[in-house]
Amino acid sequence: MNRVAVIDYGMGNLHSVSKALESLGSDVQVEITSDASRILSADRIVFPGVGAIRDCMAEILRLGIDVIVRDAVDARKPVLAICVGMQALMQSSDENGYVPCLGLLPGSVQRFGGSGTLLDGQGNRLKVPHMGWNNVHQTRTHPLWQGIEDNSRFYFVHSYFVNPADQSQLAGETDYGHRFAAALSRDSLFAVQFHPEKSQHCGLQLLRNFLAWNGQC
Amino acid sequence: MALAKRIIPCLDCDKGRVVKGVKFLDIRDAGDPVEIARRYSEAGADEITFLDITASHEGRETTVKTVEAIASQVFIPLTVGGGIRTLEDIRTMLNAGADKVSINTAAVTNPEFVRQAAEKFGSQCIVVAVDAKKVSAEGEPDRWEIFTHGGRKPTGLDAIEWARRMVSYGAGEILLTSMDRDGTKIGFDLALNRAISDAVDVPVIASGGVGNLQHLVDGVVQGGADAVLAASIFHFGEYSIPEAKQFMADRGITMRL
Repeated sequence: MNRVAVIDYGMGNLHSVSKALESLGSDVQVEITSDASRILSADRIVFPGVGAIRDCMAEILRLGIDVIVRDAVDARKPVLAICVGMQALMQSSDENGYVPCLGLLPGSVQRFGGSGTLLDGQGNRLKVPHMGWNNVHQTRTHPLWQGIEDNSRFYFVHSYFVNPADQSQLAGETDYGHRFAAALSRDSLFAVQFHPEKSQHCGLQLLRNFLAWNGQC
Repeated sequence: MALAKRIIPCLDCDKGRVVKGVKFLDIRDAGDPVEIARRYSEAGADEITFLDITASHEGRETTVKTVEAIASQVFIPLTVGGGIRTLEDIRTMLNAGADKVSINTAAVTNPEFVRQAAEKFGSQCIVVAVDAKKVSAEGEPDRWEIFTHGGRKPTGLDAIEWARRMVSYGAGEILLTSMDRDGTKIGFDLALNRAISDAVDVPVIASGGVGNLQHLVDGVVQGGADAVLAASIFHFGEYSIPEAKQFMADRGITMRL
């Protein structure tokens, strides 16, 4: 059995990522839980997130998820953070004013276009949220990119993006008005801004790679 | 290397069955939304919209099961619309596996509902369906009004102001349907599309009136749409999704091919 714990802190749709993982093999056992011992005894951990960061962080702290994620990374257990899950790993987010985050990865979270308008290279206005399928350039090789062509399209939906302080942790980047971090990696932690569970073949391949990953890179 | 414009096939369902019918050559069950959604996904649809037109309460439970079944097998974004009136309705659909819900009449009767929904579940999953009809006379500047009940009931709300208001309340996306064009196959109301798209920061999905592939191109290029929604041109096999995407890409539109 390949046991995957999907961390449940009451924010949003965990059905999609669970079903996507379950579709990848009869030996995959997915558990949606907030229980520390269940999470830490799993073979690998998915740290999802949707919605506003202030509400997410409040629940993460209330349920002690911050400690669990830190312990999992210290134990070199494979962890995949998705969307707001990725943003929550940074030091802080500009969303909802200013929200301190977990600080497992150095850097901040900022709004597309700041308080003004986001423009593309030709001066055209870009819509926010960044919603839809965009290319992800793989800035380094990584076991989670295996079998996925460089610049493949993944599904994004977000208004805030991660600005990493340590460029050596960059694993993938996407252009929307400017380049931003689509994927970061550190030890057994891999974080993506896009939704692999909604990104059809490429997304499923990334999840398949995650299920096979030993946490080293 | 840019964000792609999206093609979204729409399934109208009653009690868990696709009602307008789908005519694929080799499909086993033309009324099964799960099989149809899977086929569209394999063909390269960028999202699926599931529009529930079921009236009865029992039928709604079937709808939830159908959404669950689609979400377990189709790994692209799924929007569910039709009859979304309460926060509980939204929670039910998101728990069933929907990624977004589309709010229509309830937004008009109770605009605060949109604000509550966005605060509770996040703007990313709140689509507001804007059904607009042209009300200006010939020679007057264009003006569109919001209509409910399938275009029969005027509300007196100006469409552009309404769209702006819905976005300020937290709508993450606008599904814009021209009630003048819906079902006509003569193309989108491009002036309406352009006016709404320019008025709001969030993505706009154009809907209503698609009859051929050039209409999809016009919706994006002239109408400023971020996505195009269509039902019949795909359901009846007139055009396939790959064909539509290639046609749009050949005319300079960024697509996921």
